[in-house]
Amino acid sequence: MSDLEHQEYDVVIIGAGGAGLRAAIEAKQRGLKVALVCKSLLGKAHTVMAEGGVAAAMGNVYEEDNWKVHFRDTMRGGKMLNHWRMAQLHAQESPDRVQELEAWGALFDRTKDGKILQRDFGGHRYARLAHVGDRTGLELIRTLQQKAVSMDIDVFMECKVVRLTTDLDGSVTGLVAYWRPTGEFITFGAKAVVMATGGVGKSWKYTSNSWEGTGDGHALALWAGAELIDMECVQFHPTGMVWPLSVRGILVTEGVRGDGGVLRNSEGTRFMFDYVADMFRAETAESPEEADRWYDDHTAGRRPPELLPRDEVARSINTEVKAGRGSPHGGVFLDIASRRSPEDIRRRLPSMYHQFMELAGVDITRDAMEVGPTCHYIMGGVKVDPDTGATSVPGLFAAGEVSGGMHGSNRLGGNSLSDLLVFGRRAGMGASDYAESRSGGIPKVDSTLVAQYMDEALEPFTRDEGENPYDLQHDLQEMMQANVGIIRTGSELDDALGKLEEFKERANRLAVKGGRAYNPGWNLATDLPSMLTVSTCVAMGARDRKESRGGQTREDFPKADPELGKVNFVLRQPSGGGFSEEIKISPEPLPEMPDELMAIFEEQNR
Amino acid sequence: MTDVLHNDSATADQPAKTIQMRVWRGDANGGDFEQYDLPAQEGEVVLDVIHRIQATEAPDLACRWNCKAGKCGSCSAEINGKPRLLCMTRMDTLPEGPITITPMRAFPVIRDLVTDVSFNYEQARKVPAFNPPPRPADGYRMQQIDVERGQEFRKCIECFMCQDVCHVIRDHEENKSQYAGPRMFIRYAELEMHPLDTNDRRELVREKMGLGMCNITKCCTEVCPEHIKITDNAIIPLKERVVDATYDPVAWLGRKIRRKTKRTAEEASVQPE
Repeated sequence: MSDLEHQEYDVVIIGAGGAGLRAAIEAKQRGLKVALVCKSLLGKAHTVMAEGGVAAAMGNVYEEDNWKVHFRDTMRGGKMLNHWRMAQLHAQESPDRVQELEAWGALFDRTKDGKILQRDFGGHRYARLAHVGDRTGLELIRTLQQKAVSMDIDVFMECKVVRLTTDLDGSVTGLVAYWRPTGEFITFGAKAVVMATGGVGKSWKYTSNSWEGTGDGHALALWAGAELIDMECVQFHPTGMVWPLSVRGILVTEGVRGDGGVLRNSEGTRFMFDYVADMFRAETAESPEEADRWYDDHTAGRRPPELLPRDEVARSINTEVKAGRGSPHGGVFLDIASRRSPEDIRRRLPSMYHQFMELAGVDITRDAMEVGPTCHYIMGGVKVDPDTGATSVPGLFAAGEVSGGMHGSNRLGGNSLSDLLVFGRRAGMGASDYAESRSGGIPKVDSTLVAQYMDEALEPFTRDEGENPYDLQHDLQEMMQANVGIIRTGSELDDALGKLEEFKERANRLAVKGGRAYNPGWNLATDLPSMLTVSTCVAMGARDRKESRGGQTREDFPKADPELGKVNFVLRQPSGGGFSEEIKISPEPLPEMPDELMAIFEEQNR
Repeated sequence: MTDVLHNDSATADQPAKTIQMRVWRGDANGGDFEQYDLPAQEGEVVLDVIHRIQATEAPDLACRWNCKAGKCGSCSAEINGKPRLLCMTRMDTLPEGPITITPMRAFPVIRDLVTDVSFNYEQARKVPAFNPPPRPADGYRMQQIDVERGQEFRKCIECFMCQDVCHVIRDHEENKSQYAGPRMFIRYAELEMHPLDTNDRRELVREKMGLGMCNITKCCTEVCPEHIKITDNAIIPLKERVVDATYDPVAWLGRKIRRKTKRTAEEASVQPE
């Protein structure tokens, strides 16, 4: 124990995607001692995968746009399950956050008069997404990374956190982690910890998420006593690649549809016109002619149905394929080739062009893409105070995808990058305020806990024979895809929860070969506890929310239930829990929207 | 089972041919090739095959990766001796016969295919930060044509293959202390061409970053997975600007008039608050 590496910081941020970087910059600007701990190299976080843009009501393309319209679009997209205060702060503050990126070196695409250009996306009434071609996430992460580097923030790369530590009062004291390159452990003492670990998609077979999306932050927070909400709300992005099989799930940006691409079935029909729900009928075009007029002038027609919110489009594609009108490899066709010139396509969608050319041998300027739903994003997450990002655990904060509430039951495209910036900054402020308010030094990390958590992480090395972590991951992904996928039913969810208990038993018998230095088998073994915890939370929420709303679709309860629209499903474990401990779930009332905001919402709806 | 997209029937009929992978296994103390024979699968990229090896024969085979879509630049290695992204190299584009996979040669090996790329992060710390004038109330104005030059360089996914292939450092560890490399040259070029930036880094690039050591063989441009014209659009213009700054009084005067606010290299090398 004595030669164990130990570090002390005012604020430790876990995760170096957009939210983590933005939080780190904020805390560092306050003059605090800040560490950024991340599982991969700096600049590789999943934020780089965001393509289409960052939503902010700047009104650069449509002057009519303002935060009120953005607020209304976000609440509607989330089917009113959003925390109203988060949706409000997000809509109000995102323009400043985008402008701020420019002051740090970002180069967005421009309008003719030199302002930041904004593009159309699903569910947004006006063209609202600031973007750089179809690589906006890369621009965002590189800008924040370069800013963080210029501020000399300490970064601990390829460092995997296994547990948070808390004191007897349940406050955060720090964390236990290991360096992936060496396998050596490291502990951090911290006054405040910000969770910014992103999503959970790696528990599904077809996902746009990288290996990192194992829900570490959701699980670490739950085990430390924090609450998770609405974990059943998982977004299946309507357009992932479906072929070749090895690349199935890789994202195809919504920007393809924002820029004029349309969805067709095997009969060549633009089928989305058949799937316009009543809630969206008034603002959606009735014919292809009307829809096509809209792209150039939003006053000349109503929105094309291809740009409905993602949950609507994903379900429609699923239905078309099920009805036997799918493409050869089980998707539908996304066609931009017949609608825009090759030059336009290559300029507006360069990475889509290369992705299809190099991975599928398809030239998207000539042929349609085959696409289908892919597990993309979790709306549910750690319950936070909207203004500060504080969780129910003193000293623990959360921002970005790992937090819940902002997006309700379904996130609009483009609202993720803006979420990272707005709430990354706020969590950085909240954590800094908290750290500054703590008298005394950096908290002591309990060495008994450290020893216990290290033993648990190293346990797979003690067995000569046992479960192969890759086999367990494979079985988990197959099961979650089959039983907790885009369309769910009660019996399959019960079955899923039974299987998850079996998987947890197997996880207690994991065995890994080789040494500790950069050993992916062992790394996976230490990710599986988070994956199992998060999968259980999703399945429990999906079982208990007996309705269909956004990212939760129940075949046996196909309609939204107004009563369930007033509750969050809250998941808890006692502090010091772990993946094999019991998780409790209960419905609790949603925070009520104040009258003046309700008035804004209704006014904007007219 | 209501998810209709859940099916695995891609390759059914004929028996698959066997692929032979020769993967370098080892660490800083040395290592050797290990051969793995697997059945081929339709449409696979090299990274898929590495993952199959991990899931079956060698769970501890070290390989860095993240997005598996050519956007993060994590899985750089050398395939048959050439720097490539493992996730963007389709197996069916490689020649028949055994395929050799080795770690990037210009960086110290950590284990197997994973190298220590901290050289690049150290170089990034030396770049004097972007420094624009204060932001006007309604935001900065820039024209598309003026941002496009920088945008090309900002496509960089930091795979560091241009650094790996650059002969100035590939087999010359001793040059690393005085040479920033192509990745950093496009960063300097981007800042130099940024419509809003006010720092002048040209002397710094010439004197401390070793721009002159590059003799424009274009190896970096050839391996760039983002097809950035590193040599033509970044390094050569940067060399010209650096020369202008040093030797050409007319150009120097022109710049002085046009961009009065640029700082000297000495001033610029101090990070602003």
